[in-house]
Amino acid sequence: MSTPQNAPTTPGIVAGRMPAETLADAFDDLYPPYTPHEALVAADRCYFCHDAPCITACPTAIDIPLFIRQIQAGRPEAAGRTIMDQNILGGMCARVCPTDTLCEGACVREAAEGKPVEIGRLQRYATDRLMARNAHPFERAAPTGKRVAVVGAGPAGLACAHRLAMKGHDVVIFEAREKPGGLNEYGIAAYKTPHDFAAAEVDWLMGIGGITLRTGMALGRDIALDRLRAEFDAVFLGMGLAGVNALDIPGAELPGARDAVDFIAELRQTADLSALPVGRHVVVIGGGMTAVDAAVQSRLLGAEHVTMVYRRGREAMAASDYEISHAANEGVRIVTNAMPVALHGNGGLREVEFAYTVEGPDGLRPAGERFRIPADQVFRAIGQKLAGVPEGLVLERGKIAVDGTGRTSVAGVWAGGDCTGGGEDLTVTAVAQGRDAAEDIHASLMGVMG
Amino acid sequence: MANLTTDFIGIRSPNPFWLASAPPTDKEYNVVRAFRAGWGGVVWKTLGADGPPIVNVNGPRYGAIWGADRRLLGLNNIELITDRPLEVNLREIKQVKRDWPDRAMVVSLMVPCDEDSWKAILKRVEETECDGVELNFGCPHGMSERGMGSAVGQVPEYIEMVTRWVKKHSRMPCIVKLTPNITDIRKPAEAAKRGGADAVSLINTISSITSVDLDSFSPEPSIDGKGAHGGYCGPAVKPIALNMVAEIARDPATRGLPISGIGGVTTWRDAAEFLALGAGTVQVCTAAMTYGFGIIKEMTAGLSEYLDEKGMSGVSDLVGRAVPNVTDWQYLNLNYVTKARIDQDLCIKCGRCFAACEDTSHQAISMSPDRVFEVIDEECVACNLCVNVCPVENCITMEQLPKGAIDPRTGQVVGDPADWTTHPNNPMARAAE
Repeated sequence: MSTPQNAPTTPGIVAGRMPAETLADAFDDLYPPYTPHEALVAADRCYFCHDAPCITACPTAIDIPLFIRQIQAGRPEAAGRTIMDQNILGGMCARVCPTDTLCEGACVREAAEGKPVEIGRLQRYATDRLMARNAHPFERAAPTGKRVAVVGAGPAGLACAHRLAMKGHDVVIFEAREKPGGLNEYGIAAYKTPHDFAAAEVDWLMGIGGITLRTGMALGRDIALDRLRAEFDAVFLGMGLAGVNALDIPGAELPGARDAVDFIAELRQTADLSALPVGRHVVVIGGGMTAVDAAVQSRLLGAEHVTMVYRRGREAMAASDYEISHAANEGVRIVTNAMPVALHGNGGLREVEFAYTVEGPDGLRPAGERFRIPADQVFRAIGQKLAGVPEGLVLERGKIAVDGTGRTSVAGVWAGGDCTGGGEDLTVTAVAQGRDAAEDIHASLMGVMG
Repeated sequence: MANLTTDFIGIRSPNPFWLASAPPTDKEYNVVRAFRAGWGGVVWKTLGADGPPIVNVNGPRYGAIWGADRRLLGLNNIELITDRPLEVNLREIKQVKRDWPDRAMVVSLMVPCDEDSWKAILKRVEETECDGVELNFGCPHGMSERGMGSAVGQVPEYIEMVTRWVKKHSRMPCIVKLTPNITDIRKPAEAAKRGGADAVSLINTISSITSVDLDSFSPEPSIDGKGAHGGYCGPAVKPIALNMVAEIARDPATRGLPISGIGGVTTWRDAAEFLALGAGTVQVCTAAMTYGFGIIKEMTAGLSEYLDEKGMSGVSDLVGRAVPNVTDWQYLNLNYVTKARIDQDLCIKCGRCFAACEDTSHQAISMSPDRVFEVIDEECVACNLCVNVCPVENCITMEQLPKGAIDPRTGQVVGDPADWTTHPNNPMARAAE
């Protein structure tokens, strides 16, 4: 084992707190893939429920009992096809879905014995097998001659583009970043999707043909909605949330404070994790998945103390129970009902001051008692917001307003994913919205009543 | 502690668990290991006539079917009778019986269908001082093509004839092992009894093909791309064996004929069921071949505890206890009216009862939007399918309607017990007395 240049106790924000081998292991698959025999045994636990609750609980309504039965019957590739029929990013969803609040939470065996069928891992087994075939399983319909612009190559945009391409339309995806994938590529903990899976999945998805990807193209900077509307038969907006909520408290500008999404994106794009700096005392402010991913990965990088602080109670945290207990198991300290009031430090960050909160008629307010947590690094994970919205689009609670099929207030423009309201900001809901919008775009373009 | 000692047609053994004639009993080495583990007796693997040893295939002899975790549910074999020299087997049998005098040592035999062949082998077997012989009229594969095994067992007249020879030329107790590959198991059993058999043992294996290789299109087990039917055994065959044992136990022509029960005995409970249906001992093979001889400790301990719980002092108290309750359909009480009852606290809302009833039965279970499943008494015929498909034990049960209650399905009052023999719809009905 190599000796790292630093240790968890090294003061400040430094790289190389852990040996390279430890890092490689820590950031590898949280759950290794099933072997074929493990998959058979796990699949055998499925009861093939009538009108199964797991299907209802899945935002993309995958026929879960059917795909599990296909695994039981020795046809994992057919099982993968069943999944992909409903959710073309079924491989990623198998890795990142909070299954404990979705399919597995609804599994009757969860109710019966607190041990659901491991649907997520079975889905991974099936989709891995299908994708390993290296042949795209879907075929395009005859060309329609219609062209659709998709803004954003995240889960919503990719799902929309794939479904449109399958229907015979030509699609151009405009992506602001260098790589496609959206949060799958930049915004999810590395150990959930190691081995560059996000990029491999996009390559595989593009295998259907008819989709052109143009990266480095941001709406409002490099392209305008009006031009897209003029040049294409339809436009789908799936650009996610590019902005972050600001932390407006004294000391917020101190070096050492940064957005959790930037930290996660940097980590995901880093070739050498032992070169990635992290604090000795890390404080993460927020209670969602982003907060958990930043906190856990800080620990894995070697931060000695990591504390996640959320302003409300544990039950209000957006992260699932499973994610929270995973963070706790990794040594993250979780503090609830406390809001930051100031960052302290002389030049560099030294500590964060919090106030306990109480819920009043006017919302949260400080309860009076305050405390401080040592911090040389603070990650803000207090929510993302829409940025660079084209004029003319009606917003609702800060997000693009859409109807049930993804239509915006502007004719010929659909939207889905995190940039719209209504979803739970999950990959799987974004996929469902992109897919459903594609169906409506298709119906609209082909003159079929949706 | 209940006494497991068994006296079966004069053959004593410390417990009723014998190893059936099969690969586990082919050699002194295996049999000694079995006795050390605690098995009550063995039926030595079938000996053939003196002469050039039997030849087996040199490819796979067994095929199987499995549950999801490779739990072996059924096993099929195309192995023939012992392929070791006769004198070696006889020498080892004699030695083992000397070393283990308290264990049952029965020798299985299969020789050509002529009196001299049987006379010759019996004389040599008798010299081993074994406890008895079992006539292998059951093997459905290989030897049957040569006029032995099930080729004899399928013709009652041959069974009677050979059994008579055996009783004529030997004083040893004689068990006739029956093949299930017939239409009515009572006929060969009657023939064995007529021939003077002291007991029957059943079932031998069932002709079978376990699976087909869908790439090579060869049956399994495959020998160079081809397969021959084998003999099927293991947990999957137990229900067939139980019925055949019961048929012999309750038939007036064979009632009282001692039975050694064979077929899928895997735990003490399986054995107890065979005993209750009239078997005096049980023979085990597949379970031992799957898990090794160590399972005997579970079997003896389990049976002993069960007997204690039931206040039975020994195995003989259990033998035949269920036989009076095996009857013909025509004698079943048609006024025994039950309805399915779903325990809502135990229900996990999987909906399998609903799917089964709605799709394949009587539309007698309702499903609410919030997945509450309830029985519709007006439609429920009490078929029990919902009970059988429910994954939760005791969640769905059958509740008997008391006498005088009205069956909401038929509108009729539940009356005194009455069966088909007196039913008005039966043209052959006898007048109720």
